[in-house]
Amino acid sequence: MDNDIFQGYKGDALELLKKYKVRVWGTVVVDTTRGTFEGTVLPRAENDDDKHIVVKIITGYNIGIDTRTITSMKETGYKKANYKIPEKEFPTTPGLPYVKLFGTGGTIASRLDYRTGAVIPAFSPGELYGAVPELADICNLDTEKIFAVFSENMGPKQYMALAVAIGKEIEKGIDGIVIGHGTDTLHHTGAALTFMCQNLPVPVVLVGSQRSSDRPSSDAALNLMHAMKAAGQSDIAEVMVCMFGPTSDEYGLLHKGTRVRKMHSSYRSTFRTIGDTPLARINRKEILPIKKSYNKRRNDKDVKILPYFSDKVTMLYYYPGMAADTLDALVEKGYKGIIFVGTGLGHVNKELYPAIERAQAKGVHMYMTLQTLWGYVHMFVYDTGRDMMAKGIIPAGNMLPEVAWVKLSWILGQTEDPEEVKKMMLTPINDEITTREPYNGYLVYQGGVPEVEDFIKDVHK
Amino acid sequence: MSFNSILNYENSKKKVGYVTRNEATQNTYDSIGFMSGLEVHQQLLTDQKLFCHCPAGIYNKSDDYDAELIRHMRPTLSELGEYDGTALMEFRTRKEIIYRINNENACTYEVDDTPPFPINMDALEKALEISLLSKLNVVGEVHITRKQYLDGSIPTGFQRTAILGVEGELELPNKKIRLIQLSIEEDSCREISDIGHVRLYKTDRLGMPLIETVTYPDFVNPDEVKEGCDYIRFLNRSTGKVRTGMGAGRQDVNVSCRGGNRVEIKGVAHTKWIPELTHNEAFRQWALLQIKDLLLTRIHNPANWKVNHVSIKNLTKDIPNISDKENVIAINLPQFEGALSYFTQPGQMFADELSTRLKVIACIEKPNMTHSEDISSDIDDKLFSKIKDILNSNKGDAQVVLWGNEEDMKTAIETIEERCKLALEGVPEETRKSFEDGTTIFERVLPGADRMYPDTDSAPIPLEDKYIETLRKRIPQDVIDNYKQLKKWDIPEETYTYIFSKNLFPLIERIINELGVQPSYVGTFIGHEVKFATGHYIGPENFTFERVYSLFKYLSKENIKHELAERMLPDMILHPKMDFDSILTSINFKRYSKEEILSKIPLLFDKFAEGKKEISLPKQKNWVMGNLRKIAMGNINLTELSKEI
Repeated sequence: MDNDIFQGYKGDALELLKKYKVRVWGTVVVDTTRGTFEGTVLPRAENDDDKHIVVKIITGYNIGIDTRTITSMKETGYKKANYKIPEKEFPTTPGLPYVKLFGTGGTIASRLDYRTGAVIPAFSPGELYGAVPELADICNLDTEKIFAVFSENMGPKQYMALAVAIGKEIEKGIDGIVIGHGTDTLHHTGAALTFMCQNLPVPVVLVGSQRSSDRPSSDAALNLMHAMKAAGQSDIAEVMVCMFGPTSDEYGLLHKGTRVRKMHSSYRSTFRTIGDTPLARINRKEILPIKKSYNKRRNDKDVKILPYFSDKVTMLYYYPGMAADTLDALVEKGYKGIIFVGTGLGHVNKELYPAIERAQAKGVHMYMTLQTLWGYVHMFVYDTGRDMMAKGIIPAGNMLPEVAWVKLSWILGQTEDPEEVKKMMLTPINDEITTREPYNGYLVYQGGVPEVEDFIKDVHK
Repeated sequence: MSFNSILNYENSKKKVGYVTRNEATQNTYDSIGFMSGLEVHQQLLTDQKLFCHCPAGIYNKSDDYDAELIRHMRPTLSELGEYDGTALMEFRTRKEIIYRINNENACTYEVDDTPPFPINMDALEKALEISLLSKLNVVGEVHITRKQYLDGSIPTGFQRTAILGVEGELELPNKKIRLIQLSIEEDSCREISDIGHVRLYKTDRLGMPLIETVTYPDFVNPDEVKEGCDYIRFLNRSTGKVRTGMGAGRQDVNVSCRGGNRVEIKGVAHTKWIPELTHNEAFRQWALLQIKDLLLTRIHNPANWKVNHVSIKNLTKDIPNISDKENVIAINLPQFEGALSYFTQPGQMFADELSTRLKVIACIEKPNMTHSEDISSDIDDKLFSKIKDILNSNKGDAQVVLWGNEEDMKTAIETIEERCKLALEGVPEETRKSFEDGTTIFERVLPGADRMYPDTDSAPIPLEDKYIETLRKRIPQDVIDNYKQLKKWDIPEETYTYIFSKNLFPLIERIINELGVQPSYVGTFIGHEVKFATGHYIGPENFTFERVYSLFKYLSKENIKHELAERMLPDMILHPKMDFDSILTSINFKRYSKEEILSKIPLLFDKFAEGKKEISLPKQKNWVMGNLRKIAMGNINLTELSKEI
């Protein structure tokens, strides 16, 4: 009961509220050594100190009052906020595709949480329709909250639960699936679902937002519209990530779950296809294919759901002078698979060799990927590379490090036979390794160069 | 024309009781219940912006940019779970907002691609000093709040702002003004253009630290509002920690009349415009209340009042200026005859309220409509009769004809109906854009407290007593005390505005106290001579007032009378690097002893008398004084000389 009345307050502040019988959401007059303040007491974020009471004053602003300056307080009324996105029934429109939206948390639809001060998901077809009514022109919508976790807390359990849920929806005959997801590990989930849901007959679209939907300039609404359109109307039956193309509110990009990566901590246009081009561009009117070949939408329900995952796979990001004991420690702790993220063409230093040999002797599955992200592992070029291959490290082509980690985890959840593991690792399921890198698969423009500056000025960034 | 609009306009103007400001007295304002309050914005003088590390105060031309990007704004819920009225209106306009970025003065924070960095402590400190000076109750913890703006003036869609103090008081010479609050906030973008559905902004000013001082609506006449505004600006400047120059200080002025509503006149750049603007706004509201009364005598059920409309595209094919529009719509406004041409402001009638809303809400550029009481309509009476037939209009109805793109027509019709319905209620709460001639036009619906939201990207900042006390020691003396001191010094009052607006009180005080110069002379020298000379002579660089101190110091040291300062001033401005010795040479100053000068008096008296039959003594004295003035200046006190003569 205390928690409800004094939401988030502790220590001195809590004592003071109790002493003067003032509740959260109570309207108060507070006398202090700095003068009198009036307003409504708001909940306090859990991690903030116990020396201040937060009050919303009549003009709508929030202020904090130092408990050490308070001489008296009086509750004069009570006005609890009723925070609710206006809910309207999501209309069913004959002729429009049926899309299922799975909620996993993240910022795609969110509201304020006083406990942490952060935003928490608010989510139902009605709420979504209230916030983004345009969705009703794109598809018929059903939603299901599978779990509510922040992106960084998404992990193997969630991947498997999602895969199973996708299988069930396809069995029921859904036209497309959208998964709302925090953006930090969107690409890990994209890879995991690609491996776990094979031979998809319908699109599975992962979407998030870089700016929470509690702000007017959020990318959430447009991303959601794009994702719904991709799921319901596109003929690309793959696991895709759908996020902003440029930072401008212009179009989204559909990236393959196995080739996409978050490349900026806060830009809207943070997701990029690495080593290839995206599948397609999408705006509110149309879907414009970029790649010519992809898995097409089908009418059957012949999806293969393979929800496996081993938690005994780790990654080792190499740095110059890395000591052998770092690798030994991982092996001793029982890790059965290690993804090396090496320098250049896929290298680590000689000091690691003895540890690599010990790991090989214990049957650890070792694969090499690149810190450069772009390009292929080429271990034949230098002696070091050939040495390492001799010691059991297998080059993983142009597989992205995170994708290699997901894939090895998924494989080791099924078999530990070295040959079988190697065959599965190196046989691409959906372009996690490609046979060729197109000239435009690597583009990191350098600011300041005249032609780049011209380009940036001409097109909307 | 069957209805005489011109006569109606003139008659309604009389009925409103509109008088010019010169004709108005306090009784005039009391009779309409004039009420006004201020929101004074002032940029702080800092090196960097408020929430990122871009330099502050580096401006660029509109076409000097490195990149452009586009955003659309969507309304979101406030913390208390409500949608804001303005938010919804702005959303209806479907604006495409383009931002121009110059790498020199904007980074990824400005365009909302990077979360805020911790608040600029230098800015916070300066703002707190002004809060203390404004005698506000300073908060215990600063909470950054997001204030929604859907017009696009801030790319995030909200302004980061925080209250530093509430409930302050300022003492003016004849009145006390109560303050509601003072906040620190980031400045917004500068608008380049706003045409149709595209609004263009530049981001140079965006994010610069700004404070806003908000007063209670305690002002009872237009001149008082200006006086209060000047005082707040002088107070801000007295700290020496704020920016000056074009756009560094701007104010929003809230006005209402009895029975009216709060209307906010936005972004008034000069305080001298305030009296005319507030005067006209109070009368505009008075007029709107009369329009309401007029309409309610005819419309008995306002809730059921509605318009009907029809496309008359085919009837207007041959009318220039209209024929090229995608669609033309005629709307019938039941029982609105006489309302459309009712006086609202000098040169404006009620129909102008409709037209401006069409521009802002439906994004249709002006001219966007005409009406049955339009004094110079493109549509003649004959066509209007036809339109009335098609609309099934009754006697006493009025008609609006509007045009534009098909996609904007729905919003346009809704906008007309909405504004007319508001006329039945009285004065709508709104923000208005001001013009130099003292009139205003609709800008947007007045936002409420519902647009506030805590900034989840920023942690609260505690303000301990110890810190506040350190700041309190730094703040300058109150402007009102300076005012009283100037009076005590016998410095004429007409110089005060100049002295306070340039924050010259501390300089005057030092010259008087440290150099012993006669107070009223320093005051008039700065308030008259310096003011005139800096406006009259243009030097290679800005005049630094500190030079005046050096000048008096030099004159005292050289034992030259202070009056010579007047003659030296032009050269000081024109040649800021020239030393004082050289200036003396340049103005041909020669040293004479008192005796030398006085010894010339008898000779000059004789000279004047030469060949004259009758001699007027005052004339003679003046002539002698005139002849001696030049050589006397600096060498002997002129009053003393005049006595000797």
